[in-house]
Amino acid sequence: MEATTARDIARSVNAGETSAVERAAAMLERIDERDGAVGAYLAVTRELARESAERVDARVAAGERLPLAGVPLAIKDNMCVTGTPTTCASKILANWVAPYTATAVRRLLDAGAIPLGKTNLDEFAMGSSCENSALGRTANPWDLSRVPGGSSGGSAAAVAAGEATVSIGSDTGGSIREPAAFCGVVGFKPTYGRISRYGLIAFASSLDQIGPFSNTVADAALLYDVMAGRDPMDATTVDRAVEPSLPGLREDLRGVRIGIVKEFGLGDLDPEVRAAYERAYADLAALGAELVEVALPTADYGIATYYLIAPAECSSNLARFDGMRYGLRVEAADVGSTYEATRAAGFGDEVKRRILIGTYALSSGYYDAYYVRAQKARTLIAADFAKAFEACDAIACPAAASPAFAFDAKADPVSMYLMDYYTIPMSLAGLPSLSVPCGYVTPPGAAGPLPLGLELSAPLFAERALLGIAHAYERSTRHAERHRIPAIPVSAGAR
Amino acid sequence: MASGDIDVAYVAKLARLALTPAEIERFGTQLGALLEHVDRLAGLPVDDVAATAAVIAQSNVMRADVPVPSLDRETVLRAAPQREGAYFRVPRIIAEDA
Repeated sequence: MEATTARDIARSVNAGETSAVERAAAMLERIDERDGAVGAYLAVTRELARESAERVDARVAAGERLPLAGVPLAIKDNMCVTGTPTTCASKILANWVAPYTATAVRRLLDAGAIPLGKTNLDEFAMGSSCENSALGRTANPWDLSRVPGGSSGGSAAAVAAGEATVSIGSDTGGSIREPAAFCGVVGFKPTYGRISRYGLIAFASSLDQIGPFSNTVADAALLYDVMAGRDPMDATTVDRAVEPSLPGLREDLRGVRIGIVKEFGLGDLDPEVRAAYERAYADLAALGAELVEVALPTADYGIATYYLIAPAECSSNLARFDGMRYGLRVEAADVGSTYEATRAAGFGDEVKRRILIGTYALSSGYYDAYYVRAQKARTLIAADFAKAFEACDAIACPAAASPAFAFDAKADPVSMYLMDYYTIPMSLAGLPSLSVPCGYVTPPGAAGPLPLGLELSAPLFAERALLGIAHAYERSTRHAERHRIPAIPVSAGAR
Repeated sequence: MASGDIDVAYVAKLARLALTPAEIERFGTQLGALLEHVDRLAGLPVDDVAATAAVIAQSNVMRADVPVPSLDRETVLRAAPQREGAYFRVPRIIAEDA
């Protein structure tokens, strides 16, 4: 069942050729074999998987046809699923059991998906390598000495390792696209407001967005079509009809204009990486696309803007973790010192750094100079994109400047922040953006070829066009078929 | 904008985070480096630019004023670090001699 797609599984379950129970059991077995080495999951929800699969089989037997019938799904552990631990990979929520289910998850399960478990992430989705998890270490299935990317590293690694057919993650500044690139899978962040955030534990509310990981663009489109749409439980979801994206998948790019960003010159990249991206641009042109140069003069301010806005929102959102009503409590002399001791013991260093910088940026005397200035910069960045999209239908650029790096390679926080150089501007502008495999490089010291991701981004709400372009690129280049992950050593220790 | 002058101990107090002296020093250095990076925003001409809080602005999203069931009380209280019957048990907020 290696590399089977969600579409194929749903088709065969709906046709009665296989059952959801069989698919779930086979995938749980795969997790047992491989996850000791990969560590994609923080929790495997065997009972829930079995019950869900039985329910799906009963519905199919009763004549229902479900878009995701029997499709094994992994869920990033910052999304609530009733009755299952939802930890955000943080000690402060290590023992918290969700009392409700996120809307995005609910829609996938109603469509027949089978929840296998909850995947690892950088604590509260803050990081680009999964190394900030307080609860486990996830390795890159392509090279177990390297990071899977982050923050949705567990969800990306689960699909890459064949421990889930599809998964969902959340993307605030690149947390779907960068791990997708590092793990050689498709990762898609839709327009802000397209998918409900109800039940997604908030990091930066004006940026957070849920999206799928998959082996194919068509599967990403399938999951998007199921999850997208207004939700009364999230007032920021957009009240605008969702055009199904699956019918928009196309085989060529005739008549499509692809923007290449002048400021994102490839000159600073490693020559092998640069060659891969130059070939990706040429492949787009070979499919009939017209390549046009576009300018994003303010994109270079993206990281500075993001690292004021996202921490500011984080410092406000994470104020709720005070040890009173749920989560960890560390008792101290009085209520104030109980708050302080609880948060000191419950949060890891990166979360503390972001709370501190956000609190600082919002504090009296600095609010205008930092927070408001960043919000104004955000206006300029969004305007740059709007102008660029007058000349093109989508923008192509690297998803990351390098393939996956080794554990502990980015000890300095700012060097880790710079990993999101190519993904943050699109997040600030709220744009739909995805990473699709575009080649492999073998840097010195790597165990074998490591995947690279091409980032494609489109105007607000142009998901259908974006997925169509990515599909044409994927189908003609077939990068994901050129290499397989190395054999993963079977080891005990899967959760 | 001035960089590198972040008073970590003061900000930690605002953020309700207990930090050790070693953490104050380490975070001070790391946040100083980040502030140095964000200082580049000073070079952007933003005086006449409106601030963006949300890219897709929506205002006054309403629902019908109809009561709907909330989470079950027992389920919610089960998550409490400490409870007493139907209540959350929390540290004393008001001093006895106040």
